[in-house]
Amino acid sequence: MPNSTLDKAKKGNPITVVKLPSGNIKSQLIRLGISEGDTLKCVQRLPGGTIVVQKNRQEIAVGFDLAKKIHVIIQ
Amino acid sequence: MFMKTDNVVNLENDKIISPLKILTETEKLQKVVLVGNPNVGKSCFFNYMSGMYVDVSNFPGTTVSITKSHFQGNDVFDTPGIYGVGSFNDEEKVARDIILSADVILNVINALNLDRDLFLTLQLIDMGKKVSLLLNFSDELKKRKIKIDIKKLSNLLGVEVYETAAVDKLGFDKLGEAVNSARVGKQELDLNFLLNQVMEKSVPQSDSLLILEGDESIAQKNNVVCGTADERERIYITRRNRVNEIVDLVEYEDSKKGEIFNLFGRLSLNPITGIPILLLMLVLMYFFIGDLVSQRVVNFTENKIGKNLIEYNVKSFTGNYTPVTIDVTISDDNNIKIGNKTFNFPAGISANPKLQEEFSKLSNQKGSQTDFHFQNPFVKLFFGEFGVVTMTVTYLLFLLLPLVIGFYFIMALLEDSGYLPRLATMLDRSFNKIGLNGKAVIPIMLGFGCITMANITTRMLGTEREKSIVTAILQFVIPCSAQLAVIAALLSGAGFAPMMLYVSVILTVLIVLSTVLNKMLPGDSSPLLIDLPMIRFPRMSNVFKKTFFRSFGFMKEASVWFFIGALAVGMLEISGMLKVWQDVLAPFTTTWLKLPKEAANAFVMGMVRRDFGAAGLFHMDLTIMQKTVSIITITLFVPCIASFVVMLKERGWKEGMMIWFGTWIAAFLVGGIVAQIVI
Repeated sequence: MPNSTLDKAKKGNPITVVKLPSGNIKSQLIRLGISEGDTLKCVQRLPGGTIVVQKNRQEIAVGFDLAKKIHVIIQ
Repeated sequence: MFMKTDNVVNLENDKIISPLKILTETEKLQKVVLVGNPNVGKSCFFNYMSGMYVDVSNFPGTTVSITKSHFQGNDVFDTPGIYGVGSFNDEEKVARDIILSADVILNVINALNLDRDLFLTLQLIDMGKKVSLLLNFSDELKKRKIKIDIKKLSNLLGVEVYETAAVDKLGFDKLGEAVNSARVGKQELDLNFLLNQVMEKSVPQSDSLLILEGDESIAQKNNVVCGTADERERIYITRRNRVNEIVDLVEYEDSKKGEIFNLFGRLSLNPITGIPILLLMLVLMYFFIGDLVSQRVVNFTENKIGKNLIEYNVKSFTGNYTPVTIDVTISDDNNIKIGNKTFNFPAGISANPKLQEEFSKLSNQKGSQTDFHFQNPFVKLFFGEFGVVTMTVTYLLFLLLPLVIGFYFIMALLEDSGYLPRLATMLDRSFNKIGLNGKAVIPIMLGFGCITMANITTRMLGTEREKSIVTAILQFVIPCSAQLAVIAALLSGAGFAPMMLYVSVILTVLIVLSTVLNKMLPGDSSPLLIDLPMIRFPRMSNVFKKTFFRSFGFMKEASVWFFIGALAVGMLEISGMLKVWQDVLAPFTTTWLKLPKEAANAFVMGMVRRDFGAAGLFHMDLTIMQKTVSIITITLFVPCIASFVVMLKERGWKEGMMIWFGTWIAAFLVGGIVAQIVI
C-alpha cells in the first residue's frame, strides 16, 4: 500500500518510511533511528491507534497523532 | 575501596619510573564524563568508578541530579541518559552543559542497539571531544549469535572500543586505560568544513557543532548566528546514514534479524493483558505504600519519634522559659480515654519542681498524650501545635520523608524494569483525550504520594500546555497519600454506595476539568515518542541509588517551602485571621453543604495540610452522607500550603492563583450540589 500513513499499519506489517513530519520531532525520530527510507516492522497496534514499531532490536512507541503524520509504504 | 588503593600505587609507580617528567596537559586533573543513551548501564560504571565517595547536587533550576566522584585522580561525572546532545528537554540541557565542559568522555553504548546508540557517539566525536567507547552488554552478543568487529568499529570511528559487561564486571579493569586512551575521533569532511567556518570566530569545536545544529542558547553564549532547523536536519540525516553504514560494516547476525523474545513487555502493552498487569502492580503498590509505609512506618516515625520524642522534648524544654498550660490525656490500649489532667505553669515548667515531677511522671506513662498550650504568641508560632519548628520538622522528616522515599522507590523499580514506558504507551490514547500524552501518568501517579513532589515532576512534560493541565488535575482532584489515609478511614464501614458516589463524583470532575482545559488552552500537546527498553529484573543497587538521589533532591528543594508555609499560617493564626475565615465560612458550611458549623475548621486547616482538613472530620458526629459530602469537598479543596507555594514557583503567579481559587469554587460548588441532592 503506497502513500499511506503509519497509523494505518497492522501488526506484523513491514513498513518503509517515506516522509517524516518536520520540526523538532523529526530530529528526535532520526536520533532514535527512524529516518526517511528506513524499513521498520509494526509489532503492535494498540486499540486507539498507538503504534509500536521495531527497528533492528529496538522497540519504539509512536502516539496516534504522530503516526498519522508519518508517511509510509505498508508492504 | 580496593580500586582507590590500587590507583595510589599506580600513580606513585609512574612517578618513580619517570621522576623528571614535567606535568603535561594530560596529567592535570581531568573532567571525565560518562555519557550514553538511557538504560545502557552507565550507572554501573559510575558506581564502580566512584567507590564510596559520591557528591550529589541538583542542577540549577531542574530536578535532574548530577553525581560527581573521583576516579584515579580525575573528577568523574554521571549524566542523565540521552539520545543525542541538544536541548529538547531539561535532562538534555543538563547533559549538554556537562559534556561541553568535559575533557574526556566515556561513551557507554548498548551492543544490542548499535544503530541507535552510535548516533550519540558520532555526535560526541563531531564535537571534537576525546572519547573512548564502552561497548556494554557484550556478553549478550554471544547468546544472540551477533558478532561485532571491534577492530573495524574502532578504525571507522577513530577511537578505542572496550568490550564490557556490567553483570560480571567484564572489562571494568580497563576503565583506567579507557580514560587514558581517549582521543579525538574521525570526522566527516563536509561537516568539518562547516565547523571550521564557525570555529574561525574563535568558538570551540564542541560549541560550534551545537550552534550548527541550531542550539540557540549556545549561539547566544558565543555571540554568533545560530544554525537553522533545516541545517540540523541535514547534519542529522548525514550522521544517521553514517551510523547505518558503520553498523552494516561491523555487525554480523547469525540468527534471524531482530528476533527478540519479550513476552512480558508485549503483554504489558496491550490493554487486554496490560490492564490486569497494571491492576496487579497497583495492588502490590497499595500493600507497600498504602499499608506498610503510610500506615506502619509513618505511625511509628510520626507519632513515636516525631511527636512523642522530639516534639515532646523540644516543647518541654521551651516550656521551662515561658508560661505554658499542658493537657495530659491517658488512653488505654483500645484508644479509650481513661484519665486526663491539666498542668498550669504560669512561670515556666522548671519554676515549679514539684509539679514538674508529677507532669513528667504522668506524661511518660504508657498511652499518654500531651498537648502544650503556650501563651506567648511568638513561642506559639515556632513551638506550638502548628509551630514552624515543631510541626514542620515532624511533618517533613517523619511523615513526608518515608512516603517520598516509598514512592520514589516504587518509581525507580518500575523505571529500571522497563515497565514505565510501556505503561505510558498503553495509556497514551486515553490521555490524548484530555490533551496529554502517556508520559503524564508519571506526575499523576506521584501525586497520590505527595502533590508537592508531583508539581515538581511536571517539568518532565513536553509543553507548557501539558504542564498546566497536569498541574490543575493534581491540585483539583488527586488526593495525596496523607489525605487518602484519612479518606479511607472515614469511608471504611460506610458501605458501597458512599464509596461509589465519592469515586464517581471525583472522576466526573476530572473528566470535565481536563476536557475544558484541553479545549481552552491554546497550542498542541507533544506526541508520544518513546523508546521501549527490554523488560528486565530491576538492578537493586541502581534502584536504591535513584531513590536516594531523588528523595534527597526533593527534600532539598521543597523543605524550605514547608517552613515558609507554616510560618504564613502561624501568622494568620496569631493575627486572628484564621478565626475570621472560619466565621466567614461557617454559614456557608451549614446551609449550602449541610454540615455542622465546626466543619469550617476542617476546611481552613485543609489549607495547611490536606490531611488536617480531613482528620478534623473524625471528631464530628456526621451521618454517612455528610461524611461523603465533606470528603468530596476536602478532596477538591485547595492543595496544602507547600504544594501551593511550589505550584506558584513552577507555574507563575497568575496561573497558580487561578488554579488555587478554582479549587475553592469547584470544592464548594460540587460539594454543595451533592449535599443538596443526597442530604
